[in-house]
Amino acid sequence: MKTETIVDLKHVGKSFRSADGTARAVLEEVDFTLHEGEIVALLGQSGSGKSTLLRIMAGLIPSDAGDVRYRGQPLYGPARGIAMVFQSFALFPWLTVQQNVELGLEARGIPPDERAARAEKAIELIGLSGFEGALPRELSGGMRQRVGIARALVVEPEVLLMDEAFSALDVLTGERLREDILELWGSGTMPTKAMLVVSHNIEEAVLMADRVLVFASNPGRVRSELRISIPRPRDPNSHGVRTLIDEVYALMTVTRAGRAAEPAIEPSLTDRLPEADVISMEGVLELLAKQPFNGRADLPKLVEESELTDDELLPIANASHMLQLTELAHGDIALTAVGQLYVAGSNALRHELFGKQLLRYVPLAAHIRHSLEQEPSGELREEHFLKLLSDSMDAEEAERVLRVAIEWGRYGEVFEYNYHTGMIHLPEEDVEPPKEETAV
Amino acid sequence: MSNICKLYRLLLRVDFNPHPIPVTVANFKQFFPRQVVESSGNRWDMLLLPPVLGLIVLLAFAASQMTRPYQVGTPIPLSLDPWVLPYYLLRTTLRMFIALGASLIFSCAFAAIAAKYRAAEKLMIPMLDILQSIPILGFLSITVTGFIALFPGNLLGVECAAIFAIFTSQAWNMAFSLYQSLRTVPPELREAAYIFQLSGWQRFWRLELPFAMPGLLWNMMMSMSGGWFFVVASEAISVSNQNIMLPGMGSYIAMAIEARNLHAIAWAIGGMLVAVLIYDQLFFRPLLAWADKFRFEESNGQNAQESWLLTWLRRTDRIQNVGLKFVALLERSLTFFRRDYDGTSVRARQSTPNPGLIRAWDAIVAAIVLIAAGRLAIFIHSEVGWGEAGYVLLLGFYTLVRVMVLIALSAILWVPIGIWVGMRPRWAGRLQAVAQFMAAFPANLMFPVAVMLIAHWHLNTEIWLSPLMVLGTQWYILFNVIAGASSVPTELRYAAQNLGLSGWLKWRRYLLPAVFPSFVTGAITASGGSWNASIVAEYVTWGDTTLQAHGIGSYIAQMTAQGDFPRIALGIGVMCIYVMGVNNFVWRRLYELAENRMHF
Ligand SMILES: Nc1ncnc2c1ncn2[C@@H]1O[C@H](COP(=O)(O)OP(=O)(O)OP(=O)(O)O)[C@@H](O)[C@H]1O
Ligand SMILES: [Mg+2]
Repeated sequence: MKTETIVDLKHVGKSFRSADGTARAVLEEVDFTLHEGEIVALLGQSGSGKSTLLRIMAGLIPSDAGDVRYRGQPLYGPARGIAMVFQSFALFPWLTVQQNVELGLEARGIPPDERAARAEKAIELIGLSGFEGALPRELSGGMRQRVGIARALVVEPEVLLMDEAFSALDVLTGERLREDILELWGSGTMPTKAMLVVSHNIEEAVLMADRVLVFASNPGRVRSELRISIPRPRDPNSHGVRTLIDEVYALMTVTRAGRAAEPAIEPSLTDRLPEADVISMEGVLELLAKQPFNGRADLPKLVEESELTDDELLPIANASHMLQLTELAHGDIALTAVGQLYVAGSNALRHELFGKQLLRYVPLAAHIRHSLEQEPSGELREEHFLKLLSDSMDAEEAERVLRVAIEWGRYGEVFEYNYHTGMIHLPEEDVEPPKEETAV
Repeated sequence: MSNICKLYRLLLRVDFNPHPIPVTVANFKQFFPRQVVESSGNRWDMLLLPPVLGLIVLLAFAASQMTRPYQVGTPIPLSLDPWVLPYYLLRTTLRMFIALGASLIFSCAFAAIAAKYRAAEKLMIPMLDILQSIPILGFLSITVTGFIALFPGNLLGVECAAIFAIFTSQAWNMAFSLYQSLRTVPPELREAAYIFQLSGWQRFWRLELPFAMPGLLWNMMMSMSGGWFFVVASEAISVSNQNIMLPGMGSYIAMAIEARNLHAIAWAIGGMLVAVLIYDQLFFRPLLAWADKFRFEESNGQNAQESWLLTWLRRTDRIQNVGLKFVALLERSLTFFRRDYDGTSVRARQSTPNPGLIRAWDAIVAAIVLIAAGRLAIFIHSEVGWGEAGYVLLLGFYTLVRVMVLIALSAILWVPIGIWVGMRPRWAGRLQAVAQFMAAFPANLMFPVAVMLIAHWHLNTEIWLSPLMVLGTQWYILFNVIAGASSVPTELRYAAQNLGLSGWLKWRRYLLPAVFPSFVTGAITASGGSWNASIVAEYVTWGDTTLQAHGIGSYIAQMTAQGDFPRIALGIGVMCIYVMGVNNFVWRRLYELAENRMHF
C-alpha cells in the first residue's frame, strides 16, 4: 500500500471566544496525518472538537496555531481536492437533485453538457437514477444523503470528509448507505483516495476504518489510536470485530485523566455533565442488575440489550460512574455497592440515594444547593449559575449543562426549577409537591 | 378491383374534399419541417400571447408619455373624468414598477455590501434605520429641484422626482429584509457553498438570493402598499415652492379633494380596488406561488400559494422559453464569474484585519456621529430655538401615545377574531388573502369620507383623526395572527381539549401564548406603518377645510407645505428618535421574549 501523505496537521490548536470575550481552547497540539488509501474514523465525546478538526481540514475555519498542509501546500481555505458530506445534508432546497449535484461543477465553470453527463454518472453510481428532477424536500432522508454524497463525489475529490453523515438517518438506512460507500471504496470506481469519518457510533467506526482515533476533550487532542487491519467487508459479529469494539469502548470510557490507571482528578464545578436522561439511567441500571449481567456487563452487550445507541448509552454510563452508582473499567460497567442498593430500593429510596450521591460527587449540584440554602426565600435566578458556567464554556453549552444539573437535582429532590420564572428553588418539603406547570 | 376502388375513393377525398378528417396535432406535425412545428407554441401560448403583447404595448406607450417636452410652470392638463382613470392608473403603475425595480437593485447592492464588509455595515445599518424613519415628503423636498434640473425642458425630470419619492417609500424595508436574510443564511449551506468553491457571484445567485426570496417578496408587497399610500404626495408635488401635478392616480385624488368632488373620490376608490386586485392576481400571486420552492422550512402553517396565471404560464411553450433564455443567460454568467484559485493559493489567505485599523474606523464613525449631532444641535439652536425643539418632542409624545393606544385597540379587536378564524382552516386561507388585500389598499383614500363625517358631527379632531393612522396598518395584525393561529400544532390543540381548558385560563395559558410571536411580528409592522401614516392622518384636507390634530405628523406635514427646511429637519429628526426608541425598547424586547419563551 502506498503511504503518500495527503493532509498533514502539526501542533494544531484552536480556541473560540465565548460571549464574554475569554478564549477557550477547543483543540490543542493535535498532530494528524491522512495518507492515501486509508479510511480514518474520529471518535470522542460530544464537544471534544471533532467537528472543529474536520472543519480545519476542510479549510472552513483557520487554525490558531500549528501547521495545516494539503499536498505539502499550506491550506488557507477549502481546497478543490477536498469534499465534504454533512450531517444535515446541506442540500439547497430550491435546486433539483441534478442541479444540486452539478453545483460544484458549475462553480468550476465546466460547460453544461459535460456537467450533465458527469452528474448523471454520479447520480447513477449512488443509486438515484430517475430522481434527477426532484426537489430535495420530495425525498426521504436516506435519499437526500445520497444526493449529498453524489454532490461530493462528482467533483472527484481526493479526500472525502464525513461529519456524522449517517447519524440523522434511521439505523437501517444508515447501515445501507455505509455499506454502499464501502463497496464503492473497495471497487475502485471512486476517485477518492482517503476518507475521514466523524462518528458517534463505535461499531460503525470499527467496521469502516483502517485507523480509529479517540479524542479526549477539554481541550481536544488525540488520546489514542487504534489500527484495524481486518479486511473489509467486516462481519460485525465476528470475534475480531467484537474484541476491537470492546477495546474502543474501554478507550472511550477511561476517566478524564487520560489513562485508566491514574487516579481520577478531583471533579470540578464546571465539569461538562454528560447528557444522561435520569429515567433511562434508571432503566439501564435495572437492566444491569438483572440476568444475564448480574451487576457487571460488557458495554457493547449492554448497548445491544438496552436497545439504546452508543451516544445514548455512553453518557448514561459516564453519568452513573460520576455519581458512583457504577464503576467503569476496560469497557466493562459494574454496579457499586450504592448502585446495588439503589436498584433494590423503593422509589423513595432511589430518589434519596440519588440526591445524596449527587450532592457528594457533583460539585455543581452541591454548589446550587448550598447557595439556595443561604437565601431566605430559598430561590435564586438561574442566570447566576449560567454566568458561572459560561466562564469556562460557551453560552449554549452552559445552558445544556445547567439543564442536566436541574434534571438530576429534581430527580434527587435536591432542588426544583420553575420554567416560567426561570428560578431555581429548594423543594417545598412537607407541603404538597409543587405542581408541574405545562410549558407552552 | 375493390382495392383500386378504395384507393380511388381515398384520392378523391384527399384531393377534392377540403376538410376530409379533422387535423389533430399528431398527424399535422408529420407534414411540416421540424422548426415550423416546434416554434408554433401550444394553445396556451395562443391564449396568453395577445394579453402579453398588449401589456408590452401599453407599457411602451406609457413610457413614451413620460419623456414629453415640458416647461416648469406650465400646468399639465388633467381631468376628473372617470374615463381617464385607466390611463392615469397605467401611468402610476409604470412609476410604481420602475421604483420597485430600482428598490430591488438598490436592496441587492446594499445588502451584499453591508453583509460583506463589517466596516461598511457599521455605518450602513444605522443609516438605514434613520432613512427608514424619514417621511417621504422630506426626501421630495430636498431632491425635486435637482431632478428637474437634470432634464431641462423635459417631463422626465419631474417623473424621476416622483419615482424617487416612491422609491423612498419602498426601498428601505426591502433592503433591510434582504440584509437580514443574508446574515441568517443557514451556516451549513454556507459551508457547502465554500466547500464546493462557489464564488461570491455564484453564492449570491445560488444561495443567498434564493434563501432571501420569501422574505424579500413579502417586503415587496408591503413596499407596494407603502408606495400607494404616498401616491398623492409623490405625484402632486407641492414642496419647495413647486406645484406640479403629474398625470396619475395621485393627482386625480389630489384634484378631487381640492374640488370637493365626492363622485371622483368614489371613482378613485373603485379604480384602486380594481388596481389592487389586478396587481394581486397578475403580479404578486404568481410571484408568491413561484417563490414557494424557495421556502426553507420543511413545513409551516401557511398553505402553499396558488396562482392560475402561473399555472397557465407554466403550460405555455414559447412564452416560457423566453423566460428560460434569461435563466440560461444568468447561468452563463455563473460559469463566467467563477473562482480561479482554491484554498491552497496564497490569494485565499485572509489577512487578519489590523485591530488598530478597526479601532480607528470605529473612532471615525463615532466622530462622524458626534459631529453630526453637534451640527444638529447648533442648527436647531440658531434656526429654530430650543423651546420649539422641546415642543416638537412633546408633539412626538402625543403621536407616540396615539400609535400605542391604537395598536392596543386593534390588538383587542383583531387578536380574538384572528384566533377564531385561524382555528378554522376552511376560513383561514380565504380570510388571510382578504386581509392581505386590505393591507395593500391605500387607506388614505378613505380620509375624505372621514373628514366629512368629523366636520359634520363637529367631532374632536385630536381623537377622531387618530383612527386613520391604523386604518391601513391594522390588517398586518390580523393576518399575522391568523397565520399564527393556523400553525398551532395539532397535538397542542388536542392536548388543550383533553385538559378541558376553558374560559380565561384557556386564553392565558394556551391561545395567547400560541399566537404571541406572530402577533409581535404583525404589531411591529403595524406600528412602523402608523408612524409614517401619521403625517397624512394628522393633517387632512378636504377642499378648503383642513383638519388637524396635534402631533409630530401634522407638524411635519405643515412645515413641508410651508417649505420651512429647518423645521422639517427638526420634525424628521425627532420622529426618527421616537421610532428608533420604540423599536429598541418595546418591540425588540417583545420580540426576544417571543423568541425565547414562547415557541413550540
Ligand atoms: N464557532 C464556534 N464558536 C464558539 N465555540 C464553538 C464554535 N464551534 C464549536 N465551538 C465549541 O467548540 C467545542 C467543540 O465543538 P465541536 O463541534 O468541534 O465538537 P464535536 O466533537 O464535533 O461535538 P459533537 O460530537 O457534539 O458534534 C464545543 O464546546 C463547541 O461549543
Ligand atoms: Mg460535531
